[in-house]
Amino acid sequence: MEEKARKISEEDIRHVAQLARLHIEPGDVSTFTRQMGEILSYVEKLDEADTRDVPAAAHVLPICNALREDEVRPSLDPEDVLKNAPKRDGQDFLVPRVIG
Amino acid sequence: MELFRLTVSEAADLLSRREISSRELTLAALSRIEAVEPKVGAFITLCREEALAAADAADKALAKGGAAPLCGIPLSVKDVLCTKGVRTTCGSKILESFFPPYDATVVSRLKDAGAVIIGKNNMDEFAMGSSTENSAFHPTRNPWDPCRIPGGSSGGSAAAVAADMGLCSLGSDTGGSIRQPASHCGVVGLKPSYGRVSRYGLVAYASSLDQVGPITKSVRDAAILMNAIAGHDPKDSTSMPKSAPDFTEALRGELSGMTLGLPKEYMEAEGLAPDVALLMEKAVKTLSELGASCVPVSLPHTGYAVAAYYLIAPAEASSNLARYDGVKYGFRAENPNDLAEMYKNTRSAGFGPEVRRRILLGTYALSAGYYDAYYGKASQVRTLIMRDFARVFASCDAVISPVSPTPAFLIGEKCADPLTMYLSDIFTVPANLAGIPGISVPCGFSADGLPVGLQIMADHFKEETLLTVAHAFEAAAGVSGKKPQL
Repeated sequence: MEEKARKISEEDIRHVAQLARLHIEPGDVSTFTRQMGEILSYVEKLDEADTRDVPAAAHVLPICNALREDEVRPSLDPEDVLKNAPKRDGQDFLVPRVIG
Repeated sequence: MELFRLTVSEAADLLSRREISSRELTLAALSRIEAVEPKVGAFITLCREEALAAADAADKALAKGGAAPLCGIPLSVKDVLCTKGVRTTCGSKILESFFPPYDATVVSRLKDAGAVIIGKNNMDEFAMGSSTENSAFHPTRNPWDPCRIPGGSSGGSAAAVAADMGLCSLGSDTGGSIRQPASHCGVVGLKPSYGRVSRYGLVAYASSLDQVGPITKSVRDAAILMNAIAGHDPKDSTSMPKSAPDFTEALRGELSGMTLGLPKEYMEAEGLAPDVALLMEKAVKTLSELGASCVPVSLPHTGYAVAAYYLIAPAEASSNLARYDGVKYGFRAENPNDLAEMYKNTRSAGFGPEVRRRILLGTYALSAGYYDAYYGKASQVRTLIMRDFARVFASCDAVISPVSPTPAFLIGEKCADPLTMYLSDIFTVPANLAGIPGISVPCGFSADGLPVGLQIMADHFKEETLLTVAHAFEAAAGVSGKKPQL
């Protein structure tokens, strides 16, 4: 876990923000970096736990693949759904041009 | 008689005997809201017209007889639950004008039972917080002391019930968000086992941890609400295909012959307030007098729970919240140059600082090169925490502990320091990581007169054990019935 020993930098924060499609105001980058650094150094205590041969728990229930018959059933009314659209054109959601 | 003070079971009695009408009861709850809501701030949206229409429908059903116990009961739901045609914000600017086209399963079950939804409760944005200070709209004040937080993230629900604005509420609990505000507001809060209650229509925060549950004035009311909301839902693939019992039956149970575990790691935790430790000692005495045998136990990985939780929950959140892109619903930033800028500007203006912090943390924990060290390690520790509980439940019926290390803290006290805020979740996150049920039941007051809750946890799908212990304790402890001065 050598990677973790490296302290999170302002550059890391800008990179992660880009991955998450978030814009961080230049004035806030140092605050976020400091707070994330504190949180990450706290969670490093997990390294003390002996997890050799311990499986990861993604879930707590003994169920997987809840299947059902593929039957045709009523859907939501398109008008009800489109009412929430920030911008629409008839029955389409409108977004800025994607391909030049 | 002040109708708004009634519990659900008391009101159901009067309604079924036609001594009061749902309209009267609903109007009493609505005028109570008018009187005290400006001091508390427990709601984001009120549904006066819809509520009165539902009350009139309930009165008709009650006149016919044989109505369900919730028929005609005015209650509120946390604004994390989708309500058809009624604004559902999740405490966020990004959903400020979202009107869901469908009801959450728990909401449709309440409506089917004839319940009257009077409003949507304030909450930390996307249920991320322990104080309700992260609401994009306004903070909620603790009815017992307006300078203090009500807890979070279901702070609006707990404060509303404590202040008698509606007879009960539904909250959601990802790391303590039902139990901790219930403790801080002196009411009952139950987090069911993961998979017991449908998550369909619950706005997702951390999908492997989230559960919906009741916040009520009495343990009996919690059982009544569980009867309405629990059970398998084909619309939630993580809902357990298991039929739910009649939870009110558990209220007849007795404590003699039961073994209750006292985890030493909780009682020795750093930061446990002396007032809370003292009330715990009294609670143990009360439970022993009721015939339970209280024994020390060990949950050795407790000290890692907060660290594991604050990697797993943000990791799941960073993925869940990727859907807020301003395309199909919710807020969209104006005049972007292109699609990428639209996403970025929408999300940056729509999410508050705590939500952005957790998205960043989760994205980092899942990013290339860090996944195994952070998310992978936390998921392994989660297994260790589950094993801790399994070992204890082999010899104990339930585990008892404090809900929160301290009574409600001051508004603003922990805002500047997210880590300190996270550490206050130490006693509640283990139940979510293990998927087990937990309840907070009032156990007394601090020297300053602030309510303190006792937490009871049991093995998977043993909510009935929680209700048995909590109900017996509630009757013996004699702390319910005391009301905040508003």
